[in-house]
Amino acid sequence: MALRDKRVTMAHGGGGRAMRDLIEEVFTSVFQPPGSEDQARLMADALQVPGARLAFTTDSFVVTPLEFPGGDIGKLAVCGTVNDLAVGGARPLWLSAAFIIEEGCEVALLRRIVATMAEEAAKAGVRIVTGDTKVVERGKGDGVFITTAGIGVIAPGVDLGAARIAAGDVVIVNGVLGDHGATILAARGDLALSSDIASDCAGLGHLMQTALAAAPGIRAARDCTRGGLASALNEMAGEAGLAVEIDEAALPLRDEVRGVCEILGLDPLYLANEGRLVLFCPPDQAEAALAAMRALPEGAGSVGIGRAMAGTAGRVTMRTAFGGARIVDMLVGEQLPRIC
Amino acid sequence: MCLGIPGRITAIVDEDRLMAMAEVSGVRRAVNVACVAGNDLTALVGQWALIHVGFAMSLIDEDEATKTLEALRDLGEAQETLEQMARSEEALA
Amino acid sequence: MKFASEFRDPAAAKGLLAAIARKADEIGATRAKPVHIMEICGGHTHSIFRYGLDKLIHEGVEFIHGPGCPVCVLPMARVDECVEIAEQPGVIFTTFGDAMRVPGHRKSLMQAKADGADIRMVYSPLDALELARRNPDREVVFFGLGFETTTPSTALSIQQAAREGLGNFSVFCNHITVPEPIKALLDDPEMMLDGFVGPGHVSMVIGVHPYDFIAADYGKPLVVAGFEPTDLLQSVLMVLTQIAEGRAAVENQYGRVVPEHGNPVSLAAIADVYERRPSFEWRGLGEIDASGLRIRGKYAAFDAEEKFGIGYAAASRNVPEIPGCACGAVMTGKLKPTQCPQFGTGCTPEMPLGALMVSSEGACAAYWQYAGARVAAA
Repeated sequence: MALRDKRVTMAHGGGGRAMRDLIEEVFTSVFQPPGSEDQARLMADALQVPGARLAFTTDSFVVTPLEFPGGDIGKLAVCGTVNDLAVGGARPLWLSAAFIIEEGCEVALLRRIVATMAEEAAKAGVRIVTGDTKVVERGKGDGVFITTAGIGVIAPGVDLGAARIAAGDVVIVNGVLGDHGATILAARGDLALSSDIASDCAGLGHLMQTALAAAPGIRAARDCTRGGLASALNEMAGEAGLAVEIDEAALPLRDEVRGVCEILGLDPLYLANEGRLVLFCPPDQAEAALAAMRALPEGAGSVGIGRAMAGTAGRVTMRTAFGGARIVDMLVGEQLPRIC
Repeated sequence: MCLGIPGRITAIVDEDRLMAMAEVSGVRRAVNVACVAGNDLTALVGQWALIHVGFAMSLIDEDEATKTLEALRDLGEAQETLEQMARSEEALA
Repeated sequence: MKFASEFRDPAAAKGLLAAIARKADEIGATRAKPVHIMEICGGHTHSIFRYGLDKLIHEGVEFIHGPGCPVCVLPMARVDECVEIAEQPGVIFTTFGDAMRVPGHRKSLMQAKADGADIRMVYSPLDALELARRNPDREVVFFGLGFETTTPSTALSIQQAAREGLGNFSVFCNHITVPEPIKALLDDPEMMLDGFVGPGHVSMVIGVHPYDFIAADYGKPLVVAGFEPTDLLQSVLMVLTQIAEGRAAVENQYGRVVPEHGNPVSLAAIADVYERRPSFEWRGLGEIDASGLRIRGKYAAFDAEEKFGIGYAAASRNVPEIPGCACGAVMTGKLKPTQCPQFGTGCTPEMPLGALMVSSEGACAAYWQYAGARVAAA
């Protein structure tokens, strides 16, 4: 063990032995990327299938606190990019991971983050094949920022897109909503709330492939991250040129998430999720999709919550449990806790 | 104006500062109970209070809540009777 | 959720809506000649739209959205003063999230934060007190905002700070009161209100009697209401019943939370810490006599106005509001949000001109978010 420091110093970004020790001991020994070159060389077998397409995506991750009930920034960074590939119908294969580390960051924390990344990557069936580290001075970062990029392969015949959504399609989500957003709000500590909720953060690659196998007619899917279900539905309805109606009584919500929302005056439809997707499925295949999804742990709570229909393009409405109806608009700015 | 929600007081956490733990749907937050405290703080434990900006502002009166709900039920039943009367009138017409 | 979900029962609502319809027919209320009921409190406005009550209720009942949103009635000059305090070196400025986006002449608190001011959103003034304890070398200022519901919490926090000798904690007091603007509305010759749904959470502090003048002097019914949908509908039914019977009284639908005489501890704390200002400026409504509170001299050490020399009396109060903004007319029920020339064009939630679009419980924002006014504006 050449790395003796408890905390990352500027020396670990200096290009010398300290940097090499950090990279080898903390990162590459765990991720075990193929080869030792500065690039990953990947077998293109998966692309040899006629009609197969390559999917390529990237995402950056920042979160306070870095570790929270149900996950950490590393888990977000792997699942987030896996899910971006998954909801497009791609089978995720390879990831890159770049770390911007703030001087003073604990090495033990980095090791924990890397361990969760390796674990999540294994679960998702992807390999972290290349990466990078940079160190910035104290005060110029927030512990760790991670950027991941991902490559996946879309099988021939799979062509998901919101433009394909048709009137009558069933809207399906894969479980309770808002757990991640509520968890982060509570975990931040400045609101002094505590609860037993944990983030829903999960990789959805297998779930999406399973759903597609059971219901090949699935038109489109999105992950409900920032802006929550409401934002995902608004985007999709707009691209589809259709209206979407959801049913408040059918929305899966945990009591604790309702509680956080009541206390802070927030709307759970806009809370972030990191392991939830929304998909549109033709009505005759909806039961098959739901049954297949429910057989997996990350889809156990799958449920139909509404449908697409002819109407004002991009308009999302919710039938309230009370018998009324209201518009579910895009979020303006960020949702702020309110007292009145 | 004035978001307030019912929470159950589960424990007294700081007697000097009149702070108690309140729970709303499984979410806990320390709240000030000065407005609802009698002589015996422990008597608050188990009671429901209306919580606003971290203060228990008013104890919830269960009898009054029941009365309001009963009035709603009576109204619902009266409505049903009216509808039945309307239906039988239609049938007779 | 106990004491909440029972009051969201659709079956009970059906009975209430039918009874409201009968009562509205009885008094001859129609779409062309509706009964105008003002819900004073922005929380009620929010519930009306959240549950779609305006669409469910008899067409002869029209809700007029009142001035009961403390953020909406906050004059721009006060936001400017918040920014001025927040930008002083060494200050941690704490506020409820509600106030972050309200536009000032120069900038909002959100923009001031981006410019480097240390502004923190808190859930409770207790959190600001805790910040003061943990940062003895910083001055922690809490933006005291809100009606009688919120006033006791800052009063009790100031008393606590005094007990602990927390010299680095102060409150920028902008607390306002409900009965005075209602009187101002009723004195307006163009007023066309037939009755009121009274603010439930204000009333749990002050009780029901401060509204007696509304029934006694102006002959208008007022029913103090809870915030769940059946609470609101039941209160509307109670107002209509009074109108049908030719009565005007103050009644209490929200007995589970509102005691007749309010909360004695809260009232004592308010009386100990605050006194009335001679008058206070309301956005859209102008100066209203005795409608604002300031911190008493004995707590001057905790008064941000004193500490920073930003007094209400110190600044010129003739600050022009933005031209073309009809917030005042909307707040007094003379215009519907959609009738404002700026609605949806010059004034949107992304770029709010008037405060009614900023606060999520402002009538304009509520119209925009829940009622589909987005399309009406397009």
